[in-house]
This record gives sequence, structure tokens and C-alpha cells, in this order.
Amino acid sequence: MSPISIPRDRGLAMVFQSYALYPTKTVRGNLKFGLSAQRLDRGEIERRVAWAAQLLRIEPLLDRRPAQLSGGQRQRVAIGRALVKNVDVFLFDEPLSNLDAKLRTEMRLEIKKLHHDLKKTVVYVTHDQVEAMTMATRIAVMDGGVIQQIGTPDEIYERPANLFVARFVGSQPMNVFETTIDLTGNRVVATHRSTGVEMDLSDYSFIRQPATGMKVLVGLRPEHFSIGRPNGGKPAAIFDLPLRYSEKTGSDGTAFLAAADELLAVHVDHSQIGALRDGASVRAIFPADRFNLFDAETRSRI
Amino acid sequence: MNAVSAYETSAAARIGGRVYPRRRRRIKGASIAVLVFLAMCAAFISIPLYVVIVTSFKTMDQIALGEVFSLPTTWTFEGWWKAWAEVCSGMTCEGVRHGFFISLAILFPSLFLSIALASVTGYALALWNVRWAGPFLFVLFMCAFVPFQIIMIPLVALTASLGIYGTIWAIAVIHAVLAMPLLTLIFRNFYKDVPPEIINAAIMDSGSFWRIFAEIILPMSGNIMIVVLILMITSVWNDFLIGLTFGGMGAQPMTVILANTVITERGEVHYNVDMAAALLTAIPPLVVYFGLGKFFVQGITAGAIKG
Repeated sequence: MSPISIPRDRGLAMVFQSYALYPTKTVRGNLKFGLSAQRLDRGEIERRVAWAAQLLRIEPLLDRRPAQLSGGQRQRVAIGRALVKNVDVFLFDEPLSNLDAKLRTEMRLEIKKLHHDLKKTVVYVTHDQVEAMTMATRIAVMDGGVIQQIGTPDEIYERPANLFVARFVGSQPMNVFETTIDLTGNRVVATHRSTGVEMDLSDYSFIRQPATGMKVLVGLRPEHFSIGRPNGGKPAAIFDLPLRYSEKTGSDGTAFLAAADELLAVHVDHSQIGALRDGASVRAIFPADRFNLFDAETRSRI
Repeated sequence: MNAVSAYETSAAARIGGRVYPRRRRRIKGASIAVLVFLAMCAAFISIPLYVVIVTSFKTMDQIALGEVFSLPTTWTFEGWWKAWAEVCSGMTCEGVRHGFFISLAILFPSLFLSIALASVTGYALALWNVRWAGPFLFVLFMCAFVPFQIIMIPLVALTASLGIYGTIWAIAVIHAVLAMPLLTLIFRNFYKDVPPEIINAAIMDSGSFWRIFAEIILPMSGNIMIVVLILMITSVWNDFLIGLTFGGMGAQPMTVILANTVITERGEVHYNVDMAAALLTAIPPLVVYFGLGKFFVQGITAGAIKG
């Protein structure tokens, strides 16, 4: 791409956060104007508008103006205006951020289906990690304009490249604490400082060779804990701690255990949440293969 | 709703068992002064206007009595008819009617030229990356402070060399050029408030300067067009100096005809005719005010942007 190429010739279509529909044009007019740079014959324009309208289910709205549409409908029109262009790359700039939670969930699925059907590249900017995790084939996590990690949602979640990514992804933030690695025999262990619980890190796939005395940050995702009995997998750390308080979200919940002066967030299943009593001791078991370790200095994965 | 508010009022009024009477609004000294001042301002306009209107309906016999404030004893349209169709301006005796049609002929090209020029310039300055836009705007704004009188003679020479002197086109072009600084500023400021996403979307969709202007921006300009129309119609219609200077003999607008009529009258002065002619000349801008005022529409960008 030459630096002077003008936006309309770049083969891009963009959906704006504020939708940026043309207020004086009807929905049909908005969609047609999207095609005005491409010299198409009338039939082709009509065909594309009809196709996009049918795909987005906005056919009954074609003769309305943006002011007469709801937020979700405007959103669809904005997507439609990008779709009709039939370009290779679509840019979505936080398209769902203006919608309410329910509509956002619906539209998320719609866009995902659309992406699946069209098989085109979509660059989708979002602050919502749920959107990112559910819709993306690949995610680039950025902090202050610098890319922290590029990978599939699973990679981002399972093997975060640094502490920023680890803390950013996950609906309940990861428990992170600082500790020192100890090599004893053929085992790699670390101690949770405030409770003295020993964690067996032998099954962790280190990128760098661990050494005794190495300062590390250990990350434990709340949802990887199991309560009471080990839930498959080899138990690597067992915390017996009093329950400080718990949050219920209907289907499941989070228990916050008092570990000296800090809190350990632990995910609790629906079946177990009713049995939790404040102050009662809870046994939380962490499996051996789920640790995330970061260098205490550089904060990147080791 | 009413029951609820009545209940709240009565509850509020009886705090602590005591009844607090609603405080009555009194007219204070300061507001009396303001009212007197406003009444005087209104009187300065309305008393002469009253005299003009009643005189235009009087017969010459009653005018000769000299009671300027009295109502007409017999209402007559004779003065109006003479002013419209018969009164003499210089050599021709066709009434101000002749000037009325010339004024109309001047008005439309003036409006078209000035609005077309200023809206496109304002649109370019506000929404496109124009090099030197800031300095250009500054220079344009400075031009608004140059008195017309000091560039009048060079402009006469200029229009003469273009071969349009003495035609309505000379007047229209001069109106458009002189109005451009103010109108461009008005349009630019209006277009500055167009959400940048809309213009960005339009640039990605079409990229054509003229097409975006015609299809997106112009339809959004309803409000400002009405404002500018009222402004321009009034100033073009009421203009005397440009019409007198550039109209030559053939393209004198109504104001010039009116002045000629009143000034060149010989012998008995027909005050009723003069007053009627003045009113006839003043009416069109008033009609425009009342006609276009209704079309001030709100929320032209409603629905384009969330919120």
C-alpha cells in the first residue's frame, strides 16, 4: 500500500463506535452510499443491499431514517453499510460498546455468525474481554499502544505471555503473589508466603531453567481451584483457609479466603456454594498443570 | 400527576405545623426601569411606523390638515395603488413595481452565488484538511472589516472590465463577494459541529468532495440555510448603495427606485404615496421572516450518533 492511497481505495470497510450513520438518508440510502466509491450498476447495488438487509434482518427498516431506529438496529445498519462493500478486511471499532448488556450478548453472537459465514478478515477493537475471548480467532492484547501478546483465545488464557495479559484476561482476576523458587531433589517448589502452603511446580513447563532463589510471581486462576476434593489432575497445592466472604452470581460464585492480610479468590460451583459459611474453613486445591509463573523483575512468563 | 403534586405542595407548605405562604412575585424598582427602557425603545420604532402606516391610507386632503397621529377618516388604497403602479421615478412613471421585479431578479442570483460560494468554502475549511486553512480564514475575516466604500471605485472598474456593470449580475456578484467572509464563517462554524465520524465514514465510503457535500452535508444544513437565507434576503433586499453603484440605469433595485421617487418629486408632496411606497419596499423581508421562521427545525442530526 502506498502511503498516499486514499481511504476509499484501501479495500476496507469500517464500523464506527458511534455508528456514524448519515442522519438524512434512509437505511437504504445509507447502505447505497457505502457503495458510491465502487462503480456498480444499479442491479448489483440493489442485489447487495437486499443481501445485506436479509442477512442482518433489517429489511422492514430499509425506508426508515436512523432517528427512527433503536440502538441495536442502528448497529445493524452500520454493519450493513460495511458489508455491502464486499471488501476483504472489515474494521470494527468497539461496535457493541453503546448497547445494553442483553443486546450486546445477542449482537456478539450475530457478528460471530456473520464472520463465520463471510469468511473475511475482521479487525475488531474491544475493551470487553468476553467479546475478545468469544469472538476472536486471534487476539492481540495491547497495553498503552504496545502489543503484549498475539495468540488464539486459548493461548491467551492458558499461557499468558506476561503479567498484564494474565491479569487482563479472565472474568475474576487471577490471584498473583510473589515467592521464591526452591529446587529440592528433582522437585521444584515454592511457598505461598502469607500461609506457608507449599506449591509443587514440578509439572509446570518452564521456558527458562528454574534455579533456587529465583524470585517469581505465581498466578492462580480462581476457576482452576477445586473445593474439598481434588477434581481430577494431580493436586499441587492445598489451601485450608477461613472464608472471608463470598459472591454469588446465580449459576456459581466466588469465595474469598483470608490468607493472612490478603485474599485468595476461589471459584465455587453451584452445588457447593450453598454450603459456604463465613468464617468456616474451606479447603481449596490447585492442580499441578495450571500454574502461571512470571519473572518478578520483567513480569514476563518463565 | 396533579393529585401527587398537589399533595406534595400541601405537605411542603405545612412543615412543622406552620403554614408558609407562597412568596409573591413583586415588580421591583429595577424591573420597572427595564420596562420603561424597553417601552421607550419600542416607542421609537412603533410611533414612526404607526405614522407611516396611517398616512399611507389617508387621502391628500386629510394629510393637508397636518394631524399626523390621527386615524384616516376615510381609508383609501389610492396611495398604495399609485405607489405600486403610477408614481414617477426620474423619467419613467411605472411606480415602484418596476423596482420590485428588478429586486427579485437581483435577489435570486445573489442568494445562489453567495450561499453556494460560502457553504462550499465553509465545508472545505471545516471538514477537509485544507492547507493554510487557519490563515485563510483569518484573512477572510479581516476582509469583513474593510468598509465597502473604500473598495467601491476599484470594484466599479472591475465589473466594467468584466462587462457586467449595470446588470443584475454585477450586483449579485458584489453581494456574494461582500457577504462571503461572514457567511463562510457561519457555515464553517456550523460544519465544525458535524460529528467527525460521519465525515470519516463518508470519506471511506465515497471519498468524493462534491458527492459528500451534496448527499451528506447539504441535507444536514437545513437549520443554517434558513438562518443564512433570512440574513441574506434582508441584506440584499434592503441594500441601497450596491444597487445604486453597480446597477447603472437598467438594474436599479426597489430601494433605489423608492429613493428616486421620493427625492425627485416636484410640487405637491404626496405623503400617502411616499409612505405606501416605503412600506411596499419594506414588506418582502418581513414576509420572509414570518414565512421562514416556521422552518427552524431542531435536531437535524438526531439519530446519527448514539446519545
